[in-house]
Amino acid sequence: MTRPDFFLAVELAGTGAHPASWRRDDSRAEDLFTGRYWVDAIVAAENAGLDAVFLPDSFGVQPSGPGATRGRLDAVSIAARVAAATHGIGLVPQAPVTHTEPFHLAKAIQSLDFATLGRAGWEVTVSEGAEQARAFGRKRAQDAAALWHEADEAIEVVTRLWDSWEDDAEIRDLPTGRFVDRDKLHYIDFAGDNFAVKGPSITPRSPQGQSIVAVRADGVEDADVAARRADLIRISAGDLDAARARRTELRAALAATGRDPDAVHVLLDLDIHLADSVDAAADELRTLDSWADSLVASAPSLLRHIGTAGTLRAALEAVATAEAADGVVLRPLAIPAALRRLSFLERKSLSPGTLRTRLGLPRPASRYATSTEGTPS
Amino acid sequence: MTDKPHKPVHLAAHFPGVNNTTVWSDPASGSQIDFASFAHLARTAERGLFDFFFLAEGLRLREHLGRIHDLDVVGRPDTFTVLNALAGVTGKLGLAGTINSTYNEPFELAEQFASLDHLSGGRAAWNVVTSSDAFTGENFRRGGYLEHGQRYRRAAETVEVTRALWDSWAADSLVVDRQAGIFAREVPETRHRGAQFDIAARFVLPPSPQGHPVLLQAGDSDDGREFGAATADAIFTGHGTLEDGQRFYTDVKGRLAKYGRSPDELKIFPAATFVLGETEAEAQERARHIRLQQVGPQTAIAFLEQVWGRDLSGYDPDGPLPDVEPADNPDITRGRVRHAKDPRAVAEAWRARAEAERLSIRELIIEVTARQQFVGTPALIAEQIDTYVQSDAADGFILVPHLTPHGLDEFVDRVVPELQERGSFRTEYTGTTLRDHLGLRHPHHRSTAREGAKAS
Ligand SMILES: Cc1cc2nc3c(=O)[nH]c(=O)nc-3n(C[C@H](O)[C@H](O)[C@H](O)COP(=O)(O)O)c2cc1C
Repeated sequence: MTRPDFFLAVELAGTGAHPASWRRDDSRAEDLFTGRYWVDAIVAAENAGLDAVFLPDSFGVQPSGPGATRGRLDAVSIAARVAAATHGIGLVPQAPVTHTEPFHLAKAIQSLDFATLGRAGWEVTVSEGAEQARAFGRKRAQDAAALWHEADEAIEVVTRLWDSWEDDAEIRDLPTGRFVDRDKLHYIDFAGDNFAVKGPSITPRSPQGQSIVAVRADGVEDADVAARRADLIRISAGDLDAARARRTELRAALAATGRDPDAVHVLLDLDIHLADSVDAAADELRTLDSWADSLVASAPSLLRHIGTAGTLRAALEAVATAEAADGVVLRPLAIPAALRRLSFLERKSLSPGTLRTRLGLPRPASRYATSTEGTPS
Repeated sequence: MTDKPHKPVHLAAHFPGVNNTTVWSDPASGSQIDFASFAHLARTAERGLFDFFFLAEGLRLREHLGRIHDLDVVGRPDTFTVLNALAGVTGKLGLAGTINSTYNEPFELAEQFASLDHLSGGRAAWNVVTSSDAFTGENFRRGGYLEHGQRYRRAAETVEVTRALWDSWAADSLVVDRQAGIFAREVPETRHRGAQFDIAARFVLPPSPQGHPVLLQAGDSDDGREFGAATADAIFTGHGTLEDGQRFYTDVKGRLAKYGRSPDELKIFPAATFVLGETEAEAQERARHIRLQQVGPQTAIAFLEQVWGRDLSGYDPDGPLPDVEPADNPDITRGRVRHAKDPRAVAEAWRARAEAERLSIRELIIEVTARQQFVGTPALIAEQIDTYVQSDAADGFILVPHLTPHGLDEFVDRVVPELQERGSFRTEYTGTTLRDHLGLRHPHHRSTAREGAKAS
């Protein structure tokens, strides 16, 4: 490994990645749409020493069917809701760009970065399919190429807006009566194929300057955007060999775009279910599957670990040793059951600090910065 | 007036925003953007048992003479993000966000406000504004400009669709029956086809603890007032003096009957600033000092330039008004609501007044721009606020402190107890939702005969 710390995150989807997870007695399904539920879950993840939490989102309601939960809170809102209750964990909500205004997204993530003192990230997603397009009613469903081209433009706009205020734009200069130095506020003047945005942001530059950008690399189009723009690239794979092969490909793609592969973390999805013994975990999974009926119960093509905190620790070491990934995103099949046991991973507790720092990334200067330190402007 | 029931006073706290009301030059002025500032003001408002915290919105930095206006506070956060974060540091306080209906789409708005309402346990409010100059549009996909009448048609349709989505899950949708394996009932599709939107969607959230967010409205034109009377739970207004307030109050409440609504279903909240002192004289002296900070020499010139429509930077703010004539230049300032008054007439009147009272440019601007609403001792201010409410100039006020983040502390410490003493203000929260605080009924319990309101 090139890095001292193996990055460990958790993705919290509803009551768990398993569609029937809500039927467990300990699921707290009744609380799913409350602030308390999310605060408890994310504080538990923080106390277990996890580096970050990913929060999935979509404008589509889950398909109906026997057993499944339906309904979803906005992920950026959840992240903001838990900001004050947490101190060290990175918060990475998904936010789709297909129907959302990049201008709104830019300031939402900047404001999350302010509220968390530099722990904000953004997982860029697209809204596929006709159902979500009809919910907005302003354009037709797009194919992957169109969706990711638009996402590429949206990321460009958002990251320019994040830089559109230089760090020292606020001057409060009494003699001239000026609150800001307008020469340090920049129009971004973006004009692309999907939209044009003038700028600057209405929000000043945030603690990290550039919040952390995450992109999944499942296909060709998203992998291309990920290689050019992401700080965190999420992958899934059926086994460690496949993961290592994907990581190797992505590192080559990063190098090909002129980026340092070591500055980007490739994170592997790992579905987990934890219990007090391996047998108990397997039993509980069988129960979950039996509830889920015909639903996509098991996803056998994905890497999963059914066991105890101890066996999970060994599994994570195997991922690191195999250089299959620079970190893992744990996806609990049933959230409270997993969170209760993650503290036994014995991660060292998080110290306050920015997500950038945790990733070993420097805080970048604004791309628009005109003056460098020590140089009179 | 003696046979009238005693009305409770409602109070809300406006985060000091991006205009010259907010004094940034005072040594006590803190960050306008750090979350700690928002948290302090919200916690103070909750300590004072206020109904809600309020955030304004402006989606493009204002410009003056073709350049970003640099004299006032610049920079603000995303409304939803800050309000959700504040839900984490408060327990009862309502959380009201101003969100434009022109540069947002109904489905997403419905999802974001419903999320805030759930995550705060039923404390969300949406102040629906329509501002949509082409200038602001340059930051958004839809771009362009909507003329005034169109804006309110879009606003009305936006609210109509948003409400339909909020109400689409039946109140008993969440079943969570583990044995039977039923989490929620079927989610019906919401269909809307109007002049503005053609939408078919299944919404993503059940109704929140207060049904759905409280709706505020803040436009002052005839269209705006009508829109408020038809749809809003509360109106935010600039009509803050006694007579003007009474006129506005009577006008808007008079519009409710044709929508089958009673006067207490719509609360009127003028914006109000305040300055406290131990004595009347001390309060007046503090008020004068604050006015001087709000209208610095450069700001005085900028105000003048707004009327004159031209660069007046060569003029001495401590000298007489310019003798050149104003130019008609509606684009001199962009990104703020413009007063559609004849600049020549204004210039004429200002010159006459400056001459008669021997005022310099800066002194004149201090005289003619908004002065503080309530100035005096805590007891006097409590009495004035109560009088305004009891004599139907308002149902309460959205207080605009001039200092971030401590500008409300003294009001909560000194004026709130006086209002409580008068029996006009709550001594504890009696409910948990914003609807409870405002004395509004649950939205599903009111008459819903709202057919025919569809745009053609
Ligand atoms: C008291 C008050 C507060 C307002 N606050 C905002 C605001 O925060 N953001 C915004 O974009 N527009 C705001 N507006 C503007 C209104 O939404 C509207 O665009 C403007 O008043 C013009 O519409 P009208 O002709 O109906 O008044 C406010 C208006 C009033 C009267």
